[in-house]
Amino acid sequence: MLYREAGQYKTSYAADQAVFPILQDRIGLAIILLIAFVVIPATGSDFLLQAMMIPFLVLALAAIGLNLLTGYTGLLSLGTGAFMGVGAYACYKLDTLFPGVNILIWIIVSGFVAAGIGVLFGLPSLRIKGFYLAVATLAAQFFLSWCFIRVPWLYNYNISASIEVPTRTFFGIPVTGPTATPVTRYLVVLSIVVVMTWLASNLVHGRFGRMWMAVRDMDIAAELIGIKLYRTKLLAFAVSSFYCGVAGAMLAFLWLGAAESESFNINQSFLVLFMVIIGGLGSLAGSFFGAAFIWGLPIVLRNAPGLLGLSIRSATIEHITFITVGVLIIFFLIVEPNGLARLWQIGKQKLRVWPFPY
Amino acid sequence: MILLYKIFLDPFVQMGTAPDLLVQTLWEGLVAGVLYALIALGFVLIFKASGVFNFAQGIMVVFAALTLVGLYERGVPAFVALGLTIAVMLGLAFAVERLMLRPLVNQPDIILFMATFGLTYILIGLGELIFGGDPKVMITDALYLPRGAIDVKMLGGFVSLQKIDIAAAVIASIMVAGLAVFFQKTRIGRALRAVADSHKAALSVGISLEQIWVVVWFAAGIVALATGIMWGARSNVSFALEIIALKALPVLILGGFTSIPGAIVGGVIIGIGEKLGEFYWGPLLGSGIESWLAYVIALIFLLFRPQGLFGERIIERI
Repeated sequence: MLYREAGQYKTSYAADQAVFPILQDRIGLAIILLIAFVVIPATGSDFLLQAMMIPFLVLALAAIGLNLLTGYTGLLSLGTGAFMGVGAYACYKLDTLFPGVNILIWIIVSGFVAAGIGVLFGLPSLRIKGFYLAVATLAAQFFLSWCFIRVPWLYNYNISASIEVPTRTFFGIPVTGPTATPVTRYLVVLSIVVVMTWLASNLVHGRFGRMWMAVRDMDIAAELIGIKLYRTKLLAFAVSSFYCGVAGAMLAFLWLGAAESESFNINQSFLVLFMVIIGGLGSLAGSFFGAAFIWGLPIVLRNAPGLLGLSIRSATIEHITFITVGVLIIFFLIVEPNGLARLWQIGKQKLRVWPFPY
Repeated sequence: MILLYKIFLDPFVQMGTAPDLLVQTLWEGLVAGVLYALIALGFVLIFKASGVFNFAQGIMVVFAALTLVGLYERGVPAFVALGLTIAVMLGLAFAVERLMLRPLVNQPDIILFMATFGLTYILIGLGELIFGGDPKVMITDALYLPRGAIDVKMLGGFVSLQKIDIAAAVIASIMVAGLAVFFQKTRIGRALRAVADSHKAALSVGISLEQIWVVVWFAAGIVALATGIMWGARSNVSFALEIIALKALPVLILGGFTSIPGAIVGGVIIGIGEKLGEFYWGPLLGSGIESWLAYVIALIFLLFRPQGLFGERIIERI
C-alpha cells in the first residue's frame, strides 16, 4: 500500500535516470542514513559499535571494492586481503613518517598506494581469464602476505611484527589509537563509507561502469565495439584496490587499532568474496547485505544458545557455527544464486503490487 | 655486482661443489611434487567431469585422514577403519551430488565454486565436532607403511631417502596408472570422458550425469584419502593440512585444469622448483619464499601459455 509509484511522473531525463527514481526509496534511504548517523551513535552500546557496526562498515567497503572487480568487471580475485593489507601498511608507514599530516588524508592516500599495487598485480588479467586469473591473484595474496612478515621496514622494526596505531586527533578529538571512543571512530568510518559508496554508485552508473559491465558480459565483443580492454581492466583493478586499501587502512586504524599480517591473510580474502557472492554480484546494496549477513550470522549463532538458555561448550558452538554457515551458504546459493540483493528486488516488486498478485 | 653474483653464480657453484645436497634437494622436491600432484589430481577429476572448481578438495583430504585416524582411535581395526572411511567418502559423494550439485545444475561456475566453499565449512565443522581439532598421528604402523630412512651413498656424500616418501611415490604412481586404466578401459571411465567433453552430448546418448558425478566425487574422495594418509604420515593429521590444497592450485594452473598428466608434470615442476628456490635462492630474500614461489613460477608459465601446459586450447567466439 505504502510502496506505490503510481502518480510519480518523470518530467525530465535527469529524473528518469535517477538512481532512486521512486520517492519511497529516497525516504527510506534518508531514514537509514538518519538512523546510522544519529540514532545508533546516540543509543548504541560500545559493544554494538565496536563489534558489529564498525566491522560491518569496513567489510562492506572492502566488499564494494571486490564487487567492482568481480561483480561488475567479471575478474575473479582472491587477493582482496592482501590489497587491504597494502592499504593498512601504507597508511601506517605514511603516518609514522609524516605524523603532522591529518590521518584521514593518509587513509585516502594509502588507498592510492593500494591502487598502484593492484594495477601491478592486475597486469596478468590482460592474458589470463577465469579461474586461472583467480589463482594468479593468489600469487599477489601470498607474496604480499610474505612481505608483511619478512620486510621489517613495513612495521618499523617492531619486535611484535605488528603495526600499532598511534593516537591521532582531528580538530582536537582523538580518532585513532587507544583513547578514541567507539562513537568517534564509528562516525568517521560511517562518513568515509557513505561518501565512497556514493562515489562508487556514480561510477558504476556512468561511462566506466558501462564499460566494465560490457567487459564482464563478453570481453571480445566489448573490444570489438571499441572498449580498450587493457585500460578498462586495469582501471577496474585500480579502483577496486583503492576501495580495498581504504578499507584495510580503516580496519587497522579505526577498527582493531593494531594489525599484523594475519589480519590480511587468505581467509580475509575469502571472507570478502563470500560477502560479495552471498550479497549479490554486481550490486552495491548487495555488498552491504552480504557484509551484514556474513559478519552478523556467526555472532548471532554464537549468542543464540545462551539466549535460549542452553549451555553448550563454546568449542562445540564454534563447530556448529561453522556447519551452519556452510549449510546456509549452499542454501542461499540454491534458493537465489543472484544473492540477497536479488531477494531484496523481488521483495520490492511484490510490495509494489501488494495486496494483488500482479 | 655482488647481488648479481649471488643470484646467478653462487647457487650454481654450490650445486657443483656439493652434488649430494643437490640430489637431496631434488628428491625432496620430487616427493613434495608428487603429493601436490595427488591433490591436484582430485581437483582435475572433478573439474573435468562436472566443471566444478572444487575448493573443498583440501579439506576432503583432512576429513578423510581424520576419519581414518579417529575411527582407529575408537578401537576399530586399521583395515576396517580404512574400509569404513572409504564408505564415508562414498556417502559424502552421494550427499554432495544430491544436496548440492543437483539443485545447482546449470548455474555459473562461480556459484558452484562458492558452493564448494560452503562444503568446506561444513566439513571443517563436522570434522572438528566429531573428531576434535587436535593434531593426530597417522597410523602408519597399523597400515604397514614403512618408516625410517635409507641412506644412499653417492657423489661423495649421503643422500637420505625417507621410506615413507618412496612409498608415497609408488602409491601415487599406482593410483595414476589405475585411474588411467579406469578412464581408458572401463565403461564408466568412457562415460566420464564423454561427460568431460560435453554434458549435452553425453546426456543425449543416455549417460546419467548424476551417476557420473557420484563416481567422480567418490574417486576424488579416494584420492583425498590416499593423499591424507601420505601427508599425515609425513607430518600430523590436523586442519593445518588444509593449506596444502592452496599449494595445489599453482600445480593446477601450470598443468591445466583438465589434464591428468598435466597435474603430475605440474606437481613435479612446482615441487622441484620450490625446493631448489628455497634452498639456493631463499637465503638471499630471507627465508619462507616457498609460500609464494610456486605461484610466481605458475604465473610466468601462464603468461606464455594461458591455458596451462597441457590444458585444452581456449577458443573464444562471439
